[in-house]
Amino acid sequence: MPAIELREISFAFNARPVLNRISLSIAAGERAAVIGPNGVGKTTLLKLMSGVLTPTQGSVLLVGRPLARISRRELARKIAVVPQEFVVPFAFTARELVELGRTPHLGLLAGVGAADRHAVDRAMELSDTAALAERIFNELSGGERQRLMIAMAVAQEPEILLLDEPTQQLDITRQAEILDLVAGLNRHQNLTVVTAIHDLNLAARYFERIIVLHGGSVLADGPPADVLSSNLLQEAFEGPVEVLSSDTNHLPVVLPVPRMLSHERKP
Amino acid sequence: MAFTVQEQTPRLENPSTASREPRPSSELRFRFGLCLLFGLLVLAVILAVAIGTVDVPSRAVVSMLLNHAGIAHFPRTWPASDEIIILQLRLPRVLAAALVGAALSVAGVLFQGLLRNPLADPYVIGTSGGAGLGATVGVLVSAHFSIFGFGAVPALAFLGALGTMVLVYRLSRVAGRTPVVTLLLAGFAVSIILGYTTSFLLIVNDRLQLDTPFIYSWLLGGISVGRWSQVGAIAFLVALGSGLAFALARSLNALSLGEEYAQHLGIPVELHKAAIIAVGSLLTAAAVSGGGLIGFVSLIVPHFLRLLFGPNHTRLLPLAALGGAAFLVTADLLARTLMPPTELPVGILTAFVGGPAFLLLLRRSKREYRF
Repeated sequence: MPAIELREISFAFNARPVLNRISLSIAAGERAAVIGPNGVGKTTLLKLMSGVLTPTQGSVLLVGRPLARISRRELARKIAVVPQEFVVPFAFTARELVELGRTPHLGLLAGVGAADRHAVDRAMELSDTAALAERIFNELSGGERQRLMIAMAVAQEPEILLLDEPTQQLDITRQAEILDLVAGLNRHQNLTVVTAIHDLNLAARYFERIIVLHGGSVLADGPPADVLSSNLLQEAFEGPVEVLSSDTNHLPVVLPVPRMLSHERKP
Repeated sequence: MAFTVQEQTPRLENPSTASREPRPSSELRFRFGLCLLFGLLVLAVILAVAIGTVDVPSRAVVSMLLNHAGIAHFPRTWPASDEIIILQLRLPRVLAAALVGAALSVAGVLFQGLLRNPLADPYVIGTSGGAGLGATVGVLVSAHFSIFGFGAVPALAFLGALGTMVLVYRLSRVAGRTPVVTLLLAGFAVSIILGYTTSFLLIVNDRLQLDTPFIYSWLLGGISVGRWSQVGAIAFLVALGSGLAFALARSLNALSLGEEYAQHLGIPVELHKAAIIAVGSLLTAAAVSGGGLIGFVSLIVPHFLRLLFGPNHTRLLPLAALGGAAFLVTADLLARTLMPPTELPVGILTAFVGGPAFLLLLRRSKREYRF
């Protein structure tokens, strides 16, 4: 039974249709990337999966159970989310934030127990954030923050991890670090991963399945080598792209085609 | 105030011990803070009870209190009139000040956590306007009715504060949700309307025959509780409100990361938001009925403690209760004794202390807080 299943999902925002009758099924342990142009509804799709938004039509199933019938608390033990925007208005330390990841496991008045502390330690070790424990979150670098947000999600001990643009605003090494971490969690901790991502080359390198959204529906869905063709991408992103093949692993390399400067390059 | 939490927390050399231990440094700080604030509160209460138009030696006050509590049996070395002054006049007022201070401070923590804004306080979202108008109407009808020993003014101020909060909350509900910005704006607007309604009533008071000086002193804030029955009623409300606030501490932590993230953490956000607003309003209303409109306590005390002990609400709430109590007992003592025989409204003192402190913090807040 799939970890997440979307059945004929439609979603409209203020009567403006965003997603139209999308059906998708994500298997347990899968690592999928959702790509598509700005505003196509990648974030919306993730929010429908996490239950923050409710579809106007259709239903979302979590291991066969309708999401609408699962309590917030239970949902938070199954699905963790690393959002695109995360603002911490107060001076929480890194460890305090990771401890907040334990919220769905804590009783109303019960304190943080040994099992919770263990889960926090483990989350911080897996994400290589243990050294940041006493630092104030707002004083961390972009890459450190991103790793800490993943630690918070891991501390929830979920089965599914949803990430929204986890690599944006990071340098190339930090991008790789974050996606290596995510891939490691997927492979070794058996976390099901769905990521919205803009960078097509990172998507090709780190994800075994790529879902292309266009015009409110799924334009293509499959392994990177099949999906990332120049014809398909030009249709999806409504502009010219060039697809090469990497010499080392034969993965597609996607480049934009400059229109302004193209004549200067001609031999 | 001249340091941040970070400078106080040494970075640990060895990350593996840092992750194994449940952060002993901050836990110790918290316990030390609790003991320190409790000590300060006890000291402030003893001083406030001892000092007044008739000074009673602190030693006699402590003996009297311990005797009365049945803890000790000291021989009586003080005149019987002192005992009446202490137990029947000063102690209820001082304890009321402590309760009002605790209520304001805890309410401040609740609203700041909910609105994710360290500059928010219960007054910003309308409670003050409602309470002020309620008090004015109370003077208008000044009639002979009382609830739990409270006259028309505190009783109607209480209802005004609570009623305004319900109104503001309902006004700011959009399609089953209560966006924080809408809540702030609605509260602000309602607050201004009610404030000017009060001003209007005061201006036309020739016809209404209002007791204007009384209303003014009430609007400036001052502990007006003298009877044990009133202290009991406020104590009940404050204990109830604080208990519920502590139960909501974890939700406040989650909500300070944003409503959506709180949902990701399994918090039923709309329900808990309503609960936080209800508890905050209840505490504010209790404080208002015992002390009129005392500004700045709900802003300054939580802010100050957050800088010292960090923003974790499971710790911040008990610290705020003790800190607010100690702060207001001290302010009330100064209000009574600085310019005898005039008793200054305690609001003036909290403003004199709180105002400059607030401005200092405001200048720092660019660094400390992100929006």
